[in-house]
Amino acid sequence: MDMDAKAESRGPNGAIFVATIAVLGALLQAFAVSRIVKYLGMNGVILALPLVALGGYGPAIQSLLDTLPMNALRRQPMLLARPDARMADGGAPDAVLFLLLPVGAIAAAAVGAVLEPTLLRPFYKRPEEYQLLVTFGLLMIIEDCLHLIWGPNPLSAGKVYQLAGSVTIGTFRYPAYNLAVIAIGILSAVALWAFIYRTRFGVILRATSQDRRMAEALGIDVRRVYMMAFALGCFVAGLGGAIVVPGQSAVLGMGVDALILAFVVVVIGGLGSLEGAFAGALIVGFVREAGVALFPEVELAVLYLIAAIVLLVRPAGLFGRGER
Amino acid sequence: MAAPALKILAWAVPLGLALLIAPHVVGPFQTLTLLYGLIFGIAVLGFNLLLGYTGLLSFGHSAYFGAGAYTVALMVKYFKIASMELFLAGSVLMSAVIAIVFGFVCVRYTRIFFGILTLALSQVLWSLAFKFFWVTGGTDGLRIPTPSLLGMSPGTDKMEFLAFRYYYYVLAVFVLCAIVMWVIVHSPFGKALQAIRDNETRAEFVGIRIRRYRLIAFVISGVFAGLAGALWAPLNGLATPDVLVWTFSGEIVFMAVLGGFHNFIGPIVGAVAFTYLKTYAVGLTVYWQLALGTVLVVLVLALPKGIMGLAEIVAARLRRPR
Repeated sequence: MDMDAKAESRGPNGAIFVATIAVLGALLQAFAVSRIVKYLGMNGVILALPLVALGGYGPAIQSLLDTLPMNALRRQPMLLARPDARMADGGAPDAVLFLLLPVGAIAAAAVGAVLEPTLLRPFYKRPEEYQLLVTFGLLMIIEDCLHLIWGPNPLSAGKVYQLAGSVTIGTFRYPAYNLAVIAIGILSAVALWAFIYRTRFGVILRATSQDRRMAEALGIDVRRVYMMAFALGCFVAGLGGAIVVPGQSAVLGMGVDALILAFVVVVIGGLGSLEGAFAGALIVGFVREAGVALFPEVELAVLYLIAAIVLLVRPAGLFGRGER
Repeated sequence: MAAPALKILAWAVPLGLALLIAPHVVGPFQTLTLLYGLIFGIAVLGFNLLLGYTGLLSFGHSAYFGAGAYTVALMVKYFKIASMELFLAGSVLMSAVIAIVFGFVCVRYTRIFFGILTLALSQVLWSLAFKFFWVTGGTDGLRIPTPSLLGMSPGTDKMEFLAFRYYYYVLAVFVLCAIVMWVIVHSPFGKALQAIRDNETRAEFVGIRIRRYRLIAFVISGVFAGLAGALWAPLNGLATPDVLVWTFSGEIVFMAVLGGFHNFIGPIVGAVAFTYLKTYAVGLTVYWQLALGTVLVVLVLALPKGIMGLAEIVAARLRRPR
């Protein structure tokens, strides 16, 4: 996941390293966090919706939705990487490369809009084991579809990264692209929040998630709301993937990494909470970046342990709504 | 009690005979595939004590399977042990300890939280195996030489050893495990687990100590998986973090669902069927994940009770007078 982040924190040596680690660390954290904010996107939206709405099934679906398929969808960045890589080879106009970034997000949203009504909806009323399983199956399928379409080799969109150049902050240089990612992360979090809490669709979404039957009785097309929300979640997840790709590259399995991190983020933050997902993302970002620098051997273990401890102490997560 | 036992014998005896002569009839490749299937069968049998009988979906059973396999590998590496019996004992002990610790934490929750917790904890083990490469070999894993069985040295022909002697050894352990599990699920303890699964509140009112029962079921389940991991290790010859990662837990769940987890032998059928399915899918195409994923989705959509559920439907159709 954080390949460039690692390279970055290992780059400076000795005293400079010690001196700059704090600042650099903070930036890198923000960078990692801003990526994870996409998961938040997924979580935020998805979780805002079917989860509580479905009462008992809520947590199941929610965690499913924002883990397995979302992750599956998150690898939609591949969609993006390819045109990017091609363009880069063919020497396309530079501006076009940046315009391609949202393509992955839109593609992911389209896939989500198709998957939710066809494959996920039939499972809302069945025991959660089946939901988990069907999304596990979807994960395998989508992963291999990406393999089928774009082949097994990593695809690079590094040209975008290079084109962005770097900026000098104080005494050290920092890739401008990373700064842009941080900005996009913050922007998307704010936009998502505004969308859910300040728009008409957001109101409908929250109403549906609070009381599905009541929303239905009031004439809301609940199924359409589900589909839209799922597609939106996929859009944000896809955007996350698309934005990460120029900094590293699109590889098979990148979604699984993201999935596991997203898992931890959701567990820590609390199912069904936008703030929780944001807080969870921050914690995961910090721990990862600190872990890579300070305790690389147990970095992942610590993350999972944190998730386990949070679940033990507050089963609903830090910002969860108190249901089990 | 006697009637179902007889009914079981009616198919168990021919099946047992078929398993007994299998290595002499089919080639070594088939025997080894079957061997993998039987070993996974033990793990899924254990897994199903939780899913099918206690109603807890564990998404972290790779932890115990992997713990079993790595226990064997580490016993070889650090203590130069070669005895299969010691491997089994060590793995049972290790997986029991881990299952007690993890289970103590996990059984406080049910449903999806239980699943997430088991997954998170299993990933702790995976990341340790993955990162502490000087102990575990990292992604390269640890090699496991052929062990001695009942004090007899394995000989030089590894294929012959695996396809015959090791096969019968595993078959014996497998049969033993199946009998033990059968006794467990038909004991008052097993009935209590099913009561917990069906109605937690009522079970509590009847006086069942739910959390303790769940923990015991969890530990038994983990030990079965650990035992399977120990048997798997010499067969595979290599213990890698792949058996600890959560996708392997997913495969264990897949096996249970494929066979049908509402049924005692469903998990065994599922394990063997999955092993064949995966072996051939991997052999046929690089897109085996696509194939398996499709099978899983179709299965869950159309056949939620798995192969055994289908068999029951077919049997009922045949039995019905026309």
